[in-house]
Amino acid sequence: MIATALDILSWILLLAGCGFVLIGAFGIWRLPDFYSRLHPAGLTDTMGAGLILLGLLLQAETAMVAIKLLIIAVFLLFTSPTTGHATARAALAAGLRIWHAPGAANSAPKGKDDQT
Amino acid sequence: MSANSNSESSGDGAKLGYRPVIHGIGLGLALAAGWLLLSGYFQFLLLALGAGSVVFCLWIAMRMDLIDHEGVPLHITWAALRYLPWLLWEIVKANIDVAKRVIAPSLPIAPSLFDAPVSQKTDLGQALYANSITLTPGTVSVDLDPGVIRVHALHEGAADGVLEGEMDARVSAVEGQQ
Repeated sequence: MIATALDILSWILLLAGCGFVLIGAFGIWRLPDFYSRLHPAGLTDTMGAGLILLGLLLQAETAMVAIKLLIIAVFLLFTSPTTGHATARAALAAGLRIWHAPGAANSAPKGKDDQT
Repeated sequence: MSANSNSESSGDGAKLGYRPVIHGIGLGLALAAGWLLLSGYFQFLLLALGAGSVVFCLWIAMRMDLIDHEGVPLHITWAALRYLPWLLWEIVKANIDVAKRVIAPSLPIAPSLFDAPVSQKTDLGQALYANSITLTPGTVSVDLDPGVIRVHALHEGAADGVLEGEMDARVSAVEGQQ
């Protein structure tokens, strides 16, 4: 009984994780420029990977497997923002301009300078 | 994360409670725990190999001058663990928000690039803050200078979230624990 419930919960988490990965991929295709595409890319490695790891955690048969899954989660928590920041910083250093919504050329919040 | 990452690590060590022995022991214990958890074998030969690896890694870390408050941030471990649940919840909320915007037929986004103040004093605290911003979908830290961080936000709500400064204050609170 409990095993079935855990199995169902695990499947829900796995499918929800896959959903976030798909939405992330769709977003990368749909959004207009490099910088805005970084945000849906973030969906895949936070909620996408997180929910899939959580779902797998419920399938783990030994503590050893569970610990390894948790360690993967911790690694992702450090590596994904590092790579995201490095990519964005490289684009800025290369002089890539950001895309603004049409008619909102100076939409930077609260009077902050938009320096691109 | 920025160009000054390495320059300060030796100078402010003393006032951050730089205790090489404590940090060395902390790193050694973490490495030993990592070995045991990842191998799962408890035969004498493998334990001996593990002990040798731990000692070797400690020796390399010592030679590279990595055993300090930044490489082994024991002083904020507990505070960081209490910060984590709040951060994870923020990530979940931001994920759902960005996912909705990506799917919505009208694509309700208004990207902006702006500077926000950074109140953390140490490189470690600033790196933690910049990574927290990047980890939250909807905002990406693009550049980090002392006292100011440049952020790309997908829409105005995400930008206002950063400028409100709650995450900044919470990371500073983590940094303040020593």
